[in-house]
Amino acid sequence: MENDHYGDIRLLGSRWDWLWCLTLLLGLLVLPWLAPNYHLYVANCMAINVIVAVGLNVLVGYTGQISLGHAGFFAIGSYGTVVLMVQWGTPFFVALPCAAAAAAAAGCLLAIPALRLEGPYLAIATLAFGLTVTQLIGRWGFLGGHMGLKAPVLTLFGWQFSGDRPLYYVVVLIAVALTVAARNLMKTRVGRALTAIRESHVAAGAMGVDLARYKTLAFAVSAFYAGVGGGLMAFVLGYINPSAFSLILSIQFLAMVVIGGLGCVWGSVMGAVLFTFLNLKLEAVGQLPFAGPLLESFSRRWMTVGGLSNVTSIVFGLILIGIMVFEPQGLHGLWLRVKSRLHLGAPWRSSPGGA
Amino acid sequence: MMLAQLLVSGVSTGSLYALLALAMVIVYKTSGVLNFGQGEMAMLSTFVAYALLQSAGWPFLYAFIGALVFAALLGAFLDFVFLRRARNPSVLGLIVITLGIEMVLYGVVGWKWGAEQKEFPFPVSDTELIRLGSVVVSHLNLVTVGTATVVMLGLYLFFRHTRLGIAMKATQQNPLGARINGIPTRNVLSFAWALSSVVGATAGMLLAPSATLDPNLMLDPLLKAFASAVLGGMTSLVGAVVGGYALGVVENLVGGYVSLDLRSVVAFVVIVVALCLRPSGLLARHYVRKV
Repeated sequence: MENDHYGDIRLLGSRWDWLWCLTLLLGLLVLPWLAPNYHLYVANCMAINVIVAVGLNVLVGYTGQISLGHAGFFAIGSYGTVVLMVQWGTPFFVALPCAAAAAAAAGCLLAIPALRLEGPYLAIATLAFGLTVTQLIGRWGFLGGHMGLKAPVLTLFGWQFSGDRPLYYVVVLIAVALTVAARNLMKTRVGRALTAIRESHVAAGAMGVDLARYKTLAFAVSAFYAGVGGGLMAFVLGYINPSAFSLILSIQFLAMVVIGGLGCVWGSVMGAVLFTFLNLKLEAVGQLPFAGPLLESFSRRWMTVGGLSNVTSIVFGLILIGIMVFEPQGLHGLWLRVKSRLHLGAPWRSSPGGA
Repeated sequence: MMLAQLLVSGVSTGSLYALLALAMVIVYKTSGVLNFGQGEMAMLSTFVAYALLQSAGWPFLYAFIGALVFAALLGAFLDFVFLRRARNPSVLGLIVITLGIEMVLYGVVGWKWGAEQKEFPFPVSDTELIRLGSVVVSHLNLVTVGTATVVMLGLYLFFRHTRLGIAMKATQQNPLGARINGIPTRNVLSFAWALSSVVGATAGMLLAPSATLDPNLMLDPLLKAFASAVLGGMTSLVGAVVGGYALGVVENLVGGYVSLDLRSVVAFVVIVVALCLRPSGLLARHYVRKV
């Protein structure tokens, strides 16, 4: 398939794409009328994870810089929004961007050491960042310490958005907008520069890509997305405390991106949705048909019943390992494989394999 | 003498960091894998020691040795089953695999033993103290420092004077050349994992009596171990030890003189400063990356 520049940056290529997108948007619009409240809560969580995963993918998938500290940015966004609204009385539509900007600023700061680092070193530095943010938050009485903070009611232009149904519109609208924005950003000059850095930062530098600038930009964008996600999460949960932003959360964000496929925006969307769904199902694994009672009797015999929800962690660990061993491109890679097997659309275009 | 007291307790915590950092460096040096599962491997081994002591009723020494044997098998098993299967992995891929290992082990321990905190029965007391002049040292501190020293000396002699140790160094310096010279490099890698797991398990069992035994036992120490290893340049065994002691002491001094709240930030600051100023570590020679 020959792609010229304008074909590349066009959002919707063919009539089929139009149809798909319209169906998807209609589905998102209709969902609140059909689904019960709990499903909307799940949908909100999914949408928030989509935001963070898409942002993380900009950094990990496109630029090839690993981050194990996104829970830190998420926490900054969350606490920033709540503190701005409760203690300074800022309206929501100012507080959320400000908090996300604070997260982005933290991202820029983190990028300063990150510019000199790669691979494992970067992983360590970002991991340390995430852990430190959580620990500091837990120690500041100003931020509620270990008890956490209660989120205010989301008020936008005089309308109150309380409960899962009204929140759904806000969250999903922002998620869709940010996803489209990320997808567009990656098609532009910036996106190509980032991809070039992933492939070889030496070559990219030699071609005139300003490494420092673009790496910092990738960190900032990615942190901004995480900050927005965190800010929205405060309202969906209604309450935030430091233990919610642990290292596990950072790993979960990374898992979403890896499951979806590195370097593919739609992959991250799918990865985040699938991850959230599986996560909720597995946390209550005892209630699943067939597997539930079986696992329960197994844990009564050999393990502890109270620790049954830890199956989640085991399953996701195995999924992560399995993806890296069998299909490093995740769902996106699987889709490409299926497509080439069935001769649908474009022939196999070899995709770059991660960082 | 507050300073002397802080220094002594710093050395005691530092020796634990040093052991964990050593475990990390052994694997990183031989195979280039940064093992995020290191902490959970040590945690699982500590829980195995706990089970041997409590449920099976073994005497402490046997349980200790049993847990070390388990750790060795676990390390070799993980390398054999997961790491070897990855074909031509990227750095990110390897990190993700070890993160996967971390999650699996964390889940297994949480499932088997639950999340509640347990007391690790250790024959040496944490509260009986010895006075050395104005400085107070607990028996546990002495045993910790002593064991760590023995392990370090053992590793030093092993890498210096045994065929296997030298084979490991050869594998690390030039895998292809080592293979041509008849070194079974894949088995050497598995051995490196086993060895590192044993060293980590030792640290875990020394740490458990002063902390409480639960699945989160190693979360914080792991970060400290990363910081120590980075301080030592990631590829230097001596560096990791020096880094571990340095971090332990600095952390205690900050906790004692500045503020306890800042104590937890020390590791992060050390990592960032070390990576910015001396990415190759305090002792290691500068590394050159081929493009």
